[in-house]
Amino acid sequence: MQTNWKRKIAISTLCLMVLASSALAQGTLRFCLRWEPKTFNPLQVEEDASQAIRYLTGGVLVRLNRQTQALEPGLAESWTVSKDSKQITFKLRGGISFSDGTSFSTEDVAYTVQQLMDPALHSPTGDSFRSGPGNVETKIISATEISITFPAPVAALDRQFDQVAIMSRHSPKKEMAVLGPFMVADYKPGSMVVLKKNPNYWKSDEQGRKLPYLDGVELDIQPNRDVELLRLKRNEIDLINTLDSDYYDKLEATSPQVVHDSGPSLDSEFIWFNQVAKSPLPPFKKNWFRSANFRRAISEAINRDDMAKIVFRGHAKSALGPVSPANKFWFDDNLKPTAYSADAALKSLQADGFRFENGLLKDKDGNEVVFSIITNSGNKYRERMATMIQEDLQKIGIHVNVVTLDFPSLIQRMTQTFDYEAILLGFTNVGLDPNDQMNVWLSSSENHQWNPSEKTPETAWEVDIDKLMRAQASSADPKKRKESFDHVQEIVVEQAPFIYLVNRNALSAISTTVHGANPVVLAPQTYWNAERLSVRQ
Amino acid sequence: MRTWRTLACIVLVLVVGVSLAANWLTPAGYAKQYREAVAAPPSHQHWLGTDDIGRDRFARLLYGTRISLLLAPAAALLSTLMAALIGGLAGYLGGIWSRAAMAVTDLFLSLPWLFLLITMRALMPLNVAPLVSVLVTFLLLGLLGWSSAARVLCSSATTLRNSDFVRQAKASGIQGSRLFWIHVLPNLKPVLHAQFWISIPVFILSEANLGILGLGVAEPLPSWGSLLKELEGMVSVGDEPWKFVPLILLIIVVTSFQLALSNPDEVAA
Repeated sequence: MQTNWKRKIAISTLCLMVLASSALAQGTLRFCLRWEPKTFNPLQVEEDASQAIRYLTGGVLVRLNRQTQALEPGLAESWTVSKDSKQITFKLRGGISFSDGTSFSTEDVAYTVQQLMDPALHSPTGDSFRSGPGNVETKIISATEISITFPAPVAALDRQFDQVAIMSRHSPKKEMAVLGPFMVADYKPGSMVVLKKNPNYWKSDEQGRKLPYLDGVELDIQPNRDVELLRLKRNEIDLINTLDSDYYDKLEATSPQVVHDSGPSLDSEFIWFNQVAKSPLPPFKKNWFRSANFRRAISEAINRDDMAKIVFRGHAKSALGPVSPANKFWFDDNLKPTAYSADAALKSLQADGFRFENGLLKDKDGNEVVFSIITNSGNKYRERMATMIQEDLQKIGIHVNVVTLDFPSLIQRMTQTFDYEAILLGFTNVGLDPNDQMNVWLSSSENHQWNPSEKTPETAWEVDIDKLMRAQASSADPKKRKESFDHVQEIVVEQAPFIYLVNRNALSAISTTVHGANPVVLAPQTYWNAERLSVRQ
Repeated sequence: MRTWRTLACIVLVLVVGVSLAANWLTPAGYAKQYREAVAAPPSHQHWLGTDDIGRDRFARLLYGTRISLLLAPAAALLSTLMAALIGGLAGYLGGIWSRAAMAVTDLFLSLPWLFLLITMRALMPLNVAPLVSVLVTFLLLGLLGWSSAARVLCSSATTLRNSDFVRQAKASGIQGSRLFWIHVLPNLKPVLHAQFWISIPVFILSEANLGILGLGVAEPLPSWGSLLKELEGMVSVGDEPWKFVPLILLIIVVTSFQLALSNPDEVAA
């Protein structure tokens, strides 16, 4: 009798386990790509759609955990970076195969790095490793160890490998042989990309079950966001990776359990004034824009809280400085928010000789303060922000003309003719490390937007920023690097070459049929843990 | 038909009249941002609610109507005059002049005018007052919108040139510009009249299209284009029917223009 009970319990448990595992193992995640993927070659990726496919199919040596923002072992179980940041040595896991069955080895890593750095291939991913002239050397130390030596120090060397999907040297399928959780099964141009589970994926969960749980991922190519939203409502797709605040509110009204606001993202919106000495602006305007007092006053006169509340419907936070609070390690906690105060702004301006008369602000020579803010046409959020700035500055007697231009014309004015006064744009940050922003902060850089390609720094504070950025880039000590970069952030807030406005929140929508989802602020926000997601059919 | 025409004229007069009274009807103006009442539904204070940054939609509709309705006819007048000069003269002179003018007209017709407008907007100085941007937008529309009308006028002028009364005038010794100004141009008046009225709704819609692309009238000045922009995307549609009022008004005005310019005799025939 007792044996009978035991048998029944054992059979029931077995049935439950089978049911549970089948429930987990079945399911296809469906979402939309907003553009056609331009390539399936992971080294050629440069746009979002191809990046999504690379993330889901590519196997990487190290993976940045999008939730903890810490680097975790991937195909490499451990790694070491030399003190001079030129060399990295990986110890690889054994017994791993590509999706087509060919085995993974150090030769594949060497092959991938050679391809990555091949000048003929022009790999956008490889650009972040090109820190100086010379060749990259790969040395296979043993069957599981390989070292890669770069000709010059590479900033955040290990983190850069989060973007490098390893390719097979020997597989005839080349880039279609993958090491990630999924592999490309079908591609209908203009319509969809179908990924199916990689049967040879190396990872298992804590209970020893093979990952991924999903059978596959269906990526529909759908540029229209309205249609995307409609399809989510009809349960034709399971998630929307990034939502605009308008769409978020719309969806929240009907399905509050579907939407997720993960808090401030890495993205920031800001304005800056033209400080280029050779720009075709009248000298008195150049004097305004090159005055830190003037820039700070403008910063004080802008009501950022209203902007976050109105333009982004509360799904944004007033920006404190160049780094979003979403960047857990590098954000400087000592930065204080710029308080909105028209009176304080006027005081700052008076220190520079400006006068507020009959509702108009005039400089010490009697020139009325009028300038234009350009932004890209078609971006309703930036247009709204510019219009709000227009009204805020009107209160201190400044007349702002809002100009919307098509993007190529804006870029031409910004980078070639320098024929502009102020620009409102945003950064879509993907990297966490300050070295990713070297091209913005170094005064000699072309992307030093307010005054690009300076032969020598034109201000004392730019000298300081140059020194600090170089110091943090050459140091291997995270604490010292943080100190230097904190100081850079403080100088930037003090001098206001960029007037940071808001950090928009990371908004997403995930159907309740998706299990294991935990949206974060880093891309890909919703499916960063795709291998552990499952969909209830 | 005459009743409809009269009704259309009354509607147009009413719309123009109310838009001209915007200063009295909405004293707060079109630019004031009520930041505590953003995207508000219609209320006693804001008859058509407020827009995404809290501006009174009714005030913006009245001022936008004024701008679109006053400047579209101005642009239509400019384009009709250009069409009269180019098309009328080409048809009257005939021969190589006609061929050359029609080649230029065809060139203008084949121009991707939208891209041209985008380029011209990009070349404009940045620090222009919103009112200047409105004038420039409609000026550009007027300068670029003459070509279809010119073709029609060229054809009509050619017919007139070969008509009996013109031949008779020539035989009486009337030549050159006198013949054109006194005998040809006045007879082109019905065509010019029709072209003028047809152009007005076309320019209103063109400005609306430019506004949707963010290339029309500069903020904070409203126009029908910027008001219609609120309707882009599914987000706006459905729950907030009052956002359709500018579209409804645009349809009413364009229809009224069409009815007002229609010739009852032609319809009767």
